Amino acid sequence: MKVLKLIFRNTFRHPLRTGLTILGLAIAVMAFAIIRTTVSSWYTASQAASPNRLITRSAVSLAFTLPIAYKEKIVKIEGVSGISHAMWFGGIYVDPKNFFPQFAVDGDTYMGLYPEYIIPPKQMEDFLKQKNAIIIGRRLADRFGWSLGDQVRLTGTIFPGDWDFVIRGIYSGAEENTDETIWHMRYDYLDERMRTEMPGRAGQVGSFVVQIADPSQSAAISQQIDAMFENSSAETLTETEESFMLSFVSMASSIVTGLQIISVLVIGIILLVLGNTMAMTARERISEYAVMKTLGFRPLHVVGLIIGESLFIAALGGAMGLLVTFPIARLVQAAMADFFPVFKVQPITLVLAVLASFAVGLMAAVFPTLKAVRTPIVEGLRIID
Amino acid sequence: MPDTLVKLEGVYKSYWRDSLEIPVLHNIDFEIPKGEFLALMGPSGSGKTTLLNLIAGIDRPSRGRILVGQENVAELSESSLARWRSRIIGFIFQLYNLMPVLTAFENVELPLLLTRLNRRERRRQVETALGIVGLSDRMKHYPNQLSGGQEQRVAIARAIVTDPDLILADEPTGDLDKQSAEDIMELMTRLNQEFAKTIIMVTHDPRAAKRAHVVRHLDKGELEAA
Repeated sequence: MKVLKLIFRNTFRHPLRTGLTILGLAIAVMAFAIIRTTVSSWYTASQAASPNRLITRSAVSLAFTLPIAYKEKIVKIEGVSGISHAMWFGGIYVDPKNFFPQFAVDGDTYMGLYPEYIIPPKQMEDFLKQKNAIIIGRRLADRFGWSLGDQVRLTGTIFPGDWDFVIRGIYSGAEENTDETIWHMRYDYLDERMRTEMPGRAGQVGSFVVQIADPSQSAAISQQIDAMFENSSAETLTETEESFMLSFVSMASSIVTGLQIISVLVIGIILLVLGNTMAMTARERISEYAVMKTLGFRPLHVVGLIIGESLFIAALGGAMGLLVTFPIARLVQAAMADFFPVFKVQPITLVLAVLASFAVGLMAAVFPTLKAVRTPIVEGLRIID
Repeated sequence: MPDTLVKLEGVYKSYWRDSLEIPVLHNIDFEIPKGEFLALMGPSGSGKTTLLNLIAGIDRPSRGRILVGQENVAELSESSLARWRSRIIGFIFQLYNLMPVLTAFENVELPLLLTRLNRRERRRQVETALGIVGLSDRMKHYPNQLSGGQEQRVAIARAIVTDPDLILADEPTGDLDKQSAEDIMELMTRLNQEFAKTIIMVTHDPRAAKRAHVVRHLDKGELEAA
C-alpha cells in the first residue's frame, strides 16, 4: 500500500506535465478507438450478410443490368429455395448531400428473404397494396423526421424525373448491425414507368438475391447459375452476399489500409508522449532512487516504482480516452450516417485499446527503468535536483 | 578483535576516466571499534566521501577488504549488499535527501518497509525515532514544510529507525546554519553516548569534528597517522 501511495504521489508531483500527458494519451486512445471503429464499420454490412443468400449480378460491372427473365431459370436450379430482385434507384431527396441507399425491389418476395428486417404485417400489407409505397429503415425515418403516411418526392438521376412515394412501412433491424438506413420502393412502380418513358430499360434488374437452403452448396450453386448464362449477352457473376459486400469494401481498401496504419501510428505517438514523460521523470529522480538503494531498496523496487507510475498514467489516459470514445462515436455516427449505417464501438476495439495502453505503459518505462537501475548509487547521489 | 566493528585492509580505490586511472584512496588500513565516534576530515577531493561510500557498501574498492562486523562488504552481491545495508547501516546525507512527496513520518518509515514489521510495529518505531530527534509534532509535515535543521533531523530519524549498528554521516551539518548544525551535532553525540551507536562522520567543520572521539585526516587519498 505504501508503495502504491508513493507511486500515486509521484505521479502528480508535476500536475501540469502529468495532466497534459494523460490528456495526450486520452486523445490518442480515443483516436485509436474511433479509427478502429471506422474500419470495423466498413465491414459491418458484410458481417450482417446471411450465408443463405447469394447475389447474382452482371459479370461485367454493377453498372450493367440483367434481364428479369433470368429469374425463372435461376429458381429452377436445385438447392435454390427463393429468389427476388433489386435495382439501385439513386434518387436525390431535396439535396444531393442527403444520400441514402434506395432499392427498387420485388414487393412480393424481397422482404421475405430478409428476415432481419422486422416489419409489422399491417405495414407490409399496405406496401403491397400501393405501387408507390415504400418501406424505409427506422434510422432513415429518424434522420429526416419521416413517419407513416408521409409523402416523399425523389428526383431520379439514373431514372430521370420526379418520383412521388408514400411511406407505408418502417422496419427495425433484428440485429445490432442490421442496416436501418435503406429505402425500399416497389420495382413494378419503376418498371411500369420505364416501359412508357424508356422502354429499352424496362425488364432489367441490377441483381438477383438468391436464397439457398444449404450454405455449404453456395459455391456449386453459384457456378451453376453463372454457367447457365455463360456466353449470353448478359453473363452473370454469382457470389455469396458476404463476398458481394466485401467487394464494396475492397473498392476502398486503400482507405481502410491507410486507417489501419494511422491507428498503429497513433499508438506510436502515445508511446512517444508517455516515454518522454517517463524519461524526464526518471532523470529527475535519479538521486531519489539512489537514496532508496542506499536505504536498502533493491533495483527491483525501483523498477516497480517506475513501471507502476508509467502504467498508472497509461491507465488513467486509457480510461479517460475510452470514456470519451462513446460520445465521440455517437457524434461521428450522426455526422457520417450516410457512410456508416452502423457505427458502434466493438468490444474487441475496447480490448485492443486497453491492451495498447498497457503495452505503452510498459514500453515507455523500459529506458527510464534501465537508466535508473544501471546508474551506480554514488553517481546517482552526486546528481542534485 | 571483538570490539572492532569496521576494519579496512589495504583498501585501494581508483576511478577510470576513459583510459586514465584516477587513484582516490591508497592502501587504507584502519579499524573502528564499536561505539566509536569518528570524524573524517580532509580537503575536498581527499577521498573522505569515497571512503564512507565504501564502508556503506554503496561503492566497491578496487582492491582490499572492508569488514563490517563479520561481513566482507566487498564480496557481497548487489542484492545481498542491499539487504545488509538495510540492517546494518544508517546513512545521513549532507542534503538530507528526503522524499519530497512523503511526510516526515512516511520518510522515516521508508526503511522499515523492507522489514517484516507490521503496521503497528512500524508506527511505534517511527514515533520513537522521531521522538528521539525531537520532531514528534512534525510527523505529518512534508519536507518543504520543514526547516533545513528539521529536515536533517528527519533524515537522522530515518537513519536510526532500523536500529543499525553503524551510522555513516556525510557532512551532516554542511548545509545548515550555525545553530542548526549545533543541534544536529548534539543529536549525533546523543546517539553515540546514549544509544551506543558507532558513528563515522565526514566533515569539513572543525566544530563538528570536536564532538567526535577520534578525528582522522585524509589527504590525497592517504590516511594520516593517528
